[in-house]
Amino acid sequence: MILISIFCAFLTGKVNSLSNAIISGTSESVKFIISIIGMMAFWTGIMKIAEKSGITNFLSKCLSPIIKIIFPEIKSDGKSSNAICMNIAANLLGLGNAATPFGIKAMKELQKSNIADKTTATNSMIMFIVINTASLQLIPTLLCTLRQKYGAENPFDILIYIWITSIVSLIFGILSAKIFEKLEVKK
Amino acid sequence: MEKFGFYIIPIVLAIIVLIGIFKKVPIFEEFLNGASEGINSAFSIAPSLIGLITAVTMLKASGTFDVISSFLCPIANLIKIPPEIIPLAILKPISGSGSIALLDNILKNFGPDEKISRLASLISGSTETTFYTLTVYFGAVNIKKTRHAVPSAIIADITAIVISAILINLF
Repeated sequence: MILISIFCAFLTGKVNSLSNAIISGTSESVKFIISIIGMMAFWTGIMKIAEKSGITNFLSKCLSPIIKIIFPEIKSDGKSSNAICMNIAANLLGLGNAATPFGIKAMKELQKSNIADKTTATNSMIMFIVINTASLQLIPTLLCTLRQKYGAENPFDILIYIWITSIVSLIFGILSAKIFEKLEVKK
Repeated sequence: MEKFGFYIIPIVLAIIVLIGIFKKVPIFEEFLNGASEGINSAFSIAPSLIGLITAVTMLKASGTFDVISSFLCPIANLIKIPPEIIPLAILKPISGSGSIALLDNILKNFGPDEKISRLASLISGSTETTFYTLTVYFGAVNIKKTRHAVPSAIIADITAIVISAILINLF
């Protein structure tokens, strides 16, 4: 990625802004990490309470039929499926900031069961990330706030389109991941 | 309705804590256990995140996306996506805040109920900061070979953009 960006910068004559980007990029990443430390600590703490009181188990039981179809390789009662369920639930509710710690936890759990090669992604990891990048959200609050700010007649009237689009793109993402899996096995 | 979003987090918190009390879980102790786990994992992912986020920022600043977007113009015309939308569609997978700024601009310039603004809203609502998510999650567990994760995620994003264009042009 770094090489591509350097090459393109010379091509488009943006070397100057590239050097700035190195500085701002590093400080931005530190800011990002500092900002997630608080959230990570807080939400994993809350998660611990939820785990001990059986909430996460209940949630993952509800979602487990779906999880089993999409992630055939993981145990439905394991820690990884718990974290995946919490991540999906947080995403649905639009709690992007809360979803990230759960997502990282899920990835760590999935990594534990990755026996073959710790630097290569497993099928479950890829599937999990594809689901996360499809942006399933019941109410995109920020978007509606923006539309209202500029006086939209009904800021929520595009919600239904967003749901349709998200679901279709999620299905395409999942299908394509499954197809890629199959193709790889054939090779 | 638009206030609904602000209530979710406190409500979820209250439910979790209440059930915890009800089930006689030692709430504060368990919270501390979990929180220290969280801090440790945040620190353990820090080095890879610094490298990766910097690389993405460099990619953004280098004009790589301008080059890509000039290639995409003819294709976008085919499915009736106005040229103003292209930067948004390309930036959205990389930078959440950057694409919000673009969307804000489009809504302001064209008015929120115009076709182009509705399309812009739909695209930003139904796609995610794909590369950011990939970076953070794979970086967190030091995965280097991502196999088909990138193509699959991009297919999902492209589908979202195409479906958005179709829906908006139909209705």
